[in-house]
Amino acid sequence: MKIEILESGCTSCRSLEHNVREALAKSGIEAEVEVVEDLQRIMAYGVMRTPGLVVDGKVLSMGKNLTPDEIIGLLP
Amino acid sequence: MFDWWHRIVSRFVFETLELSPESAAGSALDFFLYDTVKILTLLAVIIFLITFVRSYFPTEKVRDWLEGKHPLVGHVAAALFGIITPFCSCSAIPLFLGFIQARIPLGVTFSYLISAPMNNEIAIAMLFSLFGWKITALYIGFGLLVAIVAGIVIGKLDLEDEVLIKPPPVKPPHIEEVKIPVKERLKEAWDYTLDLLKKVGLYVLAGVGIGAFIHGYVPSDLIVRYAGGDAWYAVPLATILGVPMYSNAAGVMPLIEVLTQKGMLMGTALSFMMAITALSLPEAMILKKILSTKLIAIFFGTVALGIMIIGFIFNAVLH
Repeated sequence: MKIEILESGCTSCRSLEHNVREALAKSGIEAEVEVVEDLQRIMAYGVMRTPGLVVDGKVLSMGKNLTPDEIIGLLP
Repeated sequence: MFDWWHRIVSRFVFETLELSPESAAGSALDFFLYDTVKILTLLAVIIFLITFVRSYFPTEKVRDWLEGKHPLVGHVAAALFGIITPFCSCSAIPLFLGFIQARIPLGVTFSYLISAPMNNEIAIAMLFSLFGWKITALYIGFGLLVAIVAGIVIGKLDLEDEVLIKPPPVKPPHIEEVKIPVKERLKEAWDYTLDLLKKVGLYVLAGVGIGAFIHGYVPSDLIVRYAGGDAWYAVPLATILGVPMYSNAAGVMPLIEVLTQKGMLMGTALSFMMAITALSLPEAMILKKILSTKLIAIFFGTVALGIMIIGFIFNAVLH
């Protein structure tokens, strides 16, 4: 599984990355985590509100800092 | 609406503590206790309502709706959408590029970008609790006017090349709309409101505290001499002073309330408040990544000019 975190330098973006890693550690799910700051790539997903959470190329959440439990609930 | 609360506060300050209503201390304490509770209560209620309604209008819907509309309809609609959509200056870049990507004209994009921070939930809630619905309506109405006209002006100037990043002109992929139950929306709105109150609560207390001090201790003629009256420079000065205050809107607005009670003209106060929300330095810094300095300067200049014109007209008409 590949998790991308789309961010544009806001504080809740950084805490989303932190929470994603916590969610993975807590649930034991293995995934590759990448923080995407490249605007062209963010725009290609059509995301206009950061932070965005993308799993295997699918946008699951945007404009929201999720808690680790919320992230676990969203992961397939 | 808060008369009963004022009676309790007055009884406590003037009877239990035996302070005189004519004394500076009594009048300041009475003002502080009454205002903080009133403002914090109204802030919580209004922010909660706005956040809940907004959860039904994500920015993506606005973009899809604005796509391919007549420019004039676009300007008006974009400014109106600025009221009911959530906006955070940290998302200004993807939002801006998303609009451009959907081939929404630059001027229409600016109409939205000016209106959205101006009509942010904190500003509206503070205005309503401090000044009542009439001033709030005037603020929103004139704010929309500035957003529409400034957007049209920027659109006419052919500044498309001043956008430094060209997003791929692909149709943005459709993002599946998740059905969120009302109960969850209410809970999210409530969490957000608490979060926001924690962030601005201290500013509100500080603002009302300093306001209460001015209310009780600083004589009116001093304020009229320096901050108010009909001096020609009052409006431009208020506009410039508003620029660095964005993050403290909640703390500054109680001060403006007291200043108006002590003689600052309402037009000057309106210009001040609009400059605080519409001209934000942090937002300009963020936008510098994708816009040329020239375009940012034109954006700030046009909006500042509009805000000052409104202040001048208001002071002249109400005088």
